Amino acid sequence: MDDKKANNKNVTGLMIDEEKKKGLFYFLYYVGRLLWKDKTGLVGLLIFLSVIISAVFSPYLAPYDPLKQNLKISKTPPAWYKNGSIHHIFGTDDLGRDIFSRIIYGSRVSLTVGFFGVLIASSLGMIIGLVSGYVGGKLDSVIMGVVNLILALPYLVFVVFIAAILGRSLLNVILIFGFTDIPIFVRVTRGEVMKMREEGFIEAAQSVGATTSRILFKHIIPNLIGPIVTLATFEMSAMIFYESGLGFLGLSVPPSVPSWGNMLSVGRQYLTIYPWIAAYPGLAIVYTGLGINLLGDWLRDVLDPRLRRAKK
Amino acid sequence: MKRYIISRLLQAIALIIGVLFIVFIMLHLTGDPASLMVSRNASPEDIEKIRHEFGFDKPLIVQFANFLKGAFIGDFGMSLRYRQPAMKLIIERLPATIQLATVALLFSLIIGIPIGLLGGSNPNTGLDLVARTTGLIGQTIPSFWLALMLIVVFAVKLHWFPAFGRETVRILGINFPTKSIVLPAFALSLFTTGQLARFTRSAVLEIKNEDYIRTAYSKGLPRRIIYVRHILKNAAIPIISIVGVQFSYLLSGSIYIETIFSWPGLGQLLAESVFNRDFGLVQATAFFTSVVVVVLHLLTDIAYGLADPRIKYR
Amino acid sequence: MGKLLTVRDLVIKFYTFDGVIHAINGMFFDLNEGETLAIVGESGSGKSVTMKSLLQLLPSPPAKIESGNAYFYRNGEKVDLLYLSESEINKIRGKDIGFVFQDALSALNPVLSIGRQITESLETHMELDKKEAMERAIELLESVGITGARQRLYAYPHQFSGGMRQRAMIAIAIACSPKIVIADEPTTALDVTIQAQILELFKEIQKKMGMAIIWITHDLGVVARLADRVMVMYAGQPVEVAPVEELYENPIHPYTIGLLEALPKLGEKKKKLTSIEGTPPDMIEEPHFCQFASRCKFANEKCFKDNPPIISVGTDHYVRCFEDIKERIKVQKVKTV
Repeated sequence: MDDKKANNKNVTGLMIDEEKKKGLFYFLYYVGRLLWKDKTGLVGLLIFLSVIISAVFSPYLAPYDPLKQNLKISKTPPAWYKNGSIHHIFGTDDLGRDIFSRIIYGSRVSLTVGFFGVLIASSLGMIIGLVSGYVGGKLDSVIMGVVNLILALPYLVFVVFIAAILGRSLLNVILIFGFTDIPIFVRVTRGEVMKMREEGFIEAAQSVGATTSRILFKHIIPNLIGPIVTLATFEMSAMIFYESGLGFLGLSVPPSVPSWGNMLSVGRQYLTIYPWIAAYPGLAIVYTGLGINLLGDWLRDVLDPRLRRAKK
Repeated sequence: MKRYIISRLLQAIALIIGVLFIVFIMLHLTGDPASLMVSRNASPEDIEKIRHEFGFDKPLIVQFANFLKGAFIGDFGMSLRYRQPAMKLIIERLPATIQLATVALLFSLIIGIPIGLLGGSNPNTGLDLVARTTGLIGQTIPSFWLALMLIVVFAVKLHWFPAFGRETVRILGINFPTKSIVLPAFALSLFTTGQLARFTRSAVLEIKNEDYIRTAYSKGLPRRIIYVRHILKNAAIPIISIVGVQFSYLLSGSIYIETIFSWPGLGQLLAESVFNRDFGLVQATAFFTSVVVVVLHLLTDIAYGLADPRIKYR
Repeated sequence: MGKLLTVRDLVIKFYTFDGVIHAINGMFFDLNEGETLAIVGESGSGKSVTMKSLLQLLPSPPAKIESGNAYFYRNGEKVDLLYLSESEINKIRGKDIGFVFQDALSALNPVLSIGRQITESLETHMELDKKEAMERAIELLESVGITGARQRLYAYPHQFSGGMRQRAMIAIAIACSPKIVIADEPTTALDVTIQAQILELFKEIQKKMGMAIIWITHDLGVVARLADRVMVMYAGQPVEVAPVEELYENPIHPYTIGLLEALPKLGEKKKKLTSIEGTPPDMIEEPHFCQFASRCKFANEKCFKDNPPIISVGTDHYVRCFEDIKERIKVQKVKTV
């Protein structure tokens, strides 16, 4: 009489026991199916991967040394212009450095800042947010007071201020973005913990005698992963943006290091006569931002409680 | 409602005090503010001179007290570079930034809200795609790069707008902006336009599915009335909130645009003072901008409270 | 008594990300002028979905009305509610058929005054001007038992108590003197004393205005006090329809029997509360056999193979079950004695 229990089947029609066996494969298959359903997520992922690859394999992908100056061929236009050559697809800058190669290498700075910045902000932010939300009381008020203060400040103004004080270096930039972005992760984490608290979730677990660490790890943290990962993705894109902005102002990495922001700053000086020096690094920023944002949108849809969605 | 306003007011005051503290501390982050403000080849005597002139040799508490005293009366010291009081420079530059931010906000409202509305009310159609794409564009194209490209196309190639500088027309004693404001305001507005389109769209989408909208349909009201009187009215409330925040963002985030277009506003002042290592001025600008943001948030909260009957009539 | 509604063979499916949900599988019922029909069933049985489909209030996508008819008799002509155009159904919504929703707090627009939410109905359907509409709105609020109506007109939903909000909802629904009022569990969210008041209010209004009422509920107690006829629903299908006394005295469908047995009765001494074992089906498959069979005390092989037909077991009394159900019940009774 087992076939009476129609409820044994789950979403894809597989019997639950079978599913357990498939484990990881099932998970990947499911993710793949979701990606395919909403192809913009796939596009985002591919773009993002292409940027990662260009950062990791820069020496192999860049046709030239990004630092090599050659004043004889400086300011050559991209390949499809009259004076351009196939050897320098995007042309060269004012010091004769190949723009395409510098763009490839520039991805390293952007991704490093984005990745480590978000890593710092999310991990510290999550811990503080968890403590604040779970412990509550005066500690929570104090923490949220500081968080709200920092979030009330005009971000750009203070980032520029601090960067000017600390000086140009990759480490400084990572630290600046890493720490200034903590408040937003704190707020989101605490918000989620508060939500769970309101739903009686935490109280219920405590009343059954669950220990604090058990509640944290088995109940709270799994529910945090969705919103935090989504937020982290968007914050990463924001950090890449802001880093290039700082570079544009000459406040990010030292001028010799190839970064998209630095290139834009140089490009600005020659904007009206050699516009390509600024155009292509900017496109790289747009391209990367596009990839991350599409990926973030997809993640947000996927990690959202699935109950609320309808087929299009 | 009164309680709401008072509590927000108190919060704002607390924030401003906090800002004062942060702005003060910033200069002391590296431990020696004086060395920040001098050029690379300054002698120890020069540094000592600066230290004395700015009072950095006094104990921290005393410095903070003096700083607070000065802030209260609007005295943030002198700009090293311009040899004028910092506050005076800021006030001079303020109108340019306000006009820029206002026009940018207007662009966002006029373009962003209708697009978001059309998208939200017609999900999964071409209009919706336009709305979502607008949102995406706003988030992926950096304003400073857009500004550069706009100059290349519209100023250099087409000669429709000037490439830099602020021209005004004086009418009845007020300086009105001319077409020189178009390119900078447009570049500045890109992000907020996208954000507004996205936000309006999702607000409409969410409200559409609310129970009271279904009630409105069950009463046999025509679609037009449901959209204007029921959906829009509810959407307007969070939109007011976000527009207020956006305006403060535009006022405080114009540093790139003003630098690129040589627009004589607060943003350019900030960039120049950073470049000149004129940190007293940087401090003053940072404080002033923060206060503007805090005040704007306060006003937005009050407007929000007035617009939402659930808050207005507790 | 004239016929008002005739619903036949209604099939509604929901196309969702997780699959197709067969929400309504062959719905049918009649409604006559002035009568009160109660629709009983557990959550998810399809009571709300059916009623909302009558006014085309189901979000589509994901809902889709696959087939069936819902004939409404207005002024001598017969219209099929399910397939009317938007402008045509708008003439019926709020005017001929009023809807009272379950949760008055979420069903009322928070940024419009109660008065506005009543007058807009009046202005749309009754061609009253602003002033006349306001006066009529005040009358309506008073008729549903809201005191100080003239001032209350300008109040917002969140300023009302739960019971008063529900009354306001009723005022909105009856504003244009509809022929049918559909009430979707209007008292479920209220406490018992208020519940009783609202029930009395409905009875009063029905007496005065003579409309038919369709009352959706899962509370059999309410049914007994208010209904003329009852329809029991399970898994998107009506399983028993009968006049109210007949249903309570002579329930035939095993589900109805189970429901009635589960009601604790005063004076009865029992150690355990009876319940119906099992859980309702998840509606992802199209039903080809009896959906209640797995929980039915009287089931046999046939029940798992074929769809049971609708048979008549008394005057105006229909049941979705196989012919031999009465026999099976008798046999069971003998066994347990």
